[in-house]
Amino acid sequence: MAAATSAMAEREAWELLAKVLDPEIPVLSIVDLGIVRQVRHGSDGRLHVALTPTYSGCPATEVIRRLVRTALDTGGYQDAVLEEVLSPPWTSDWLTAAGREKLRSFGIAPPAQSVAHPRQLLRAPAVSCPRCASRDTQRLSEFGSTPCKAHYRCSACGEPFDYFKCL
Amino acid sequence: MQTETRTEAQQQQAHCHYVLRLADTSLVLGQRLAEWIGHAPALEEDLALANLSLDLIGQARLLLTYAGELEGQGRDEDALAFLRDAPEFLNLALAEQPNGDFAHTIVRQWLIDAWQLEIYGALEHSSDTRLAAIAAKAIRETRYHYRFSSGWLVRLGDGTAESRQRTQRALDDLWRFTAEPFAPDEIDERMSRAGIATPLPELASRWSARMEEDLRAATLTRPATQPFPWHGKRGVHTEHLGHLLGEMQHLQRSYPGARW
Repeated sequence: MAAATSAMAEREAWELLAKVLDPEIPVLSIVDLGIVRQVRHGSDGRLHVALTPTYSGCPATEVIRRLVRTALDTGGYQDAVLEEVLSPPWTSDWLTAAGREKLRSFGIAPPAQSVAHPRQLLRAPAVSCPRCASRDTQRLSEFGSTPCKAHYRCSACGEPFDYFKCL
Repeated sequence: MQTETRTEAQQQQAHCHYVLRLADTSLVLGQRLAEWIGHAPALEEDLALANLSLDLIGQARLLLTYAGELEGQGRDEDALAFLRDAPEFLNLALAEQPNGDFAHTIVRQWLIDAWQLEIYGALEHSSDTRLAAIAAKAIRETRYHYRFSSGWLVRLGDGTAESRQRTQRALDDLWRFTAEPFAPDEIDERMSRAGIATPLPELASRWSARMEEDLRAATLTRPATQPFPWHGKRGVHTEHLGHLLGEMQHLQRSYPGARW
């Protein structure tokens, strides 16, 4: 009985968290982004939610923490405990497949490589334009409007676009 | 018994100072880079330097928080960043050197990025799991920083006569600070013995080889002058740190406890 209840609470919390959107890329939820590490009903009877930051200096981290707090509070989990986990470090591989698709339709090219294969990272990735899908694109700068993005331009359709970097 | 307690306390203090050195180097360099915002030669470079700054300050926050816990005096990241004076800062003297021109900033960045690659790479396997976690996170960001700074080093060094001359000048000027990062003192040695850090001389040769390779690609000459052993990490700084802190700490010093 208790086990069923805690499993239900955990499932419900995941659903609440799936509605918390990244403040800087508001089509992505924090679950899509892969920064919710764990939701666990602790032996203290409270819900423990573990989050991990993307980039160490990302200003969205604190905003996200507040948004998660609010979501849990309004969902009836006022006593939930928020934890920060650093290890293993977040990488762009934690983005879900749904998250990658949402990025593309929002006009941000998703990470083109997996960081699990470091040899691949030695070559510049072929980034496809999120608008016209052409692979004829050009990197303008490895740094963009947020820590996680680089700045590209499509040589086929001429549009500039953001690329979600491999980290 | 008493000696044991004293040794333990010394070890704890050395551990705290070791983490503070890493934290302060990131913080001070992050603050320096932030001075470029709105002044860089091109918008892309302005954004790049601001991003580097943000990453470094983020790394500094994680490290300062940890150093505060090791110290055990109740100082948090803000107290450590904003309420310490220059002699209490333990950053490498290289990090506090003024921005100069763009070439100067790039050379300073490249020297520190390459150093951080070695340090964080080694700390990923530290017996201190907290430090290992921070290092594993930081090194991913540092790889981007190094790609940026080494890329520019080559473009500037192997560029026009003007850019080449300025980059060589920056290198000649900053070279004297390159002994400190790899010169171990008793804190470094304590950390190595405890399995927390890798002995610096082991990392120095890899750093040096990387320098050689990049300088060759950039057609620049490694300065023949012997670097001077500065002691930034012991709190002995060049005159530039005080000015940097004057700006960085102004608000908290003038309006203690101000929040927004």
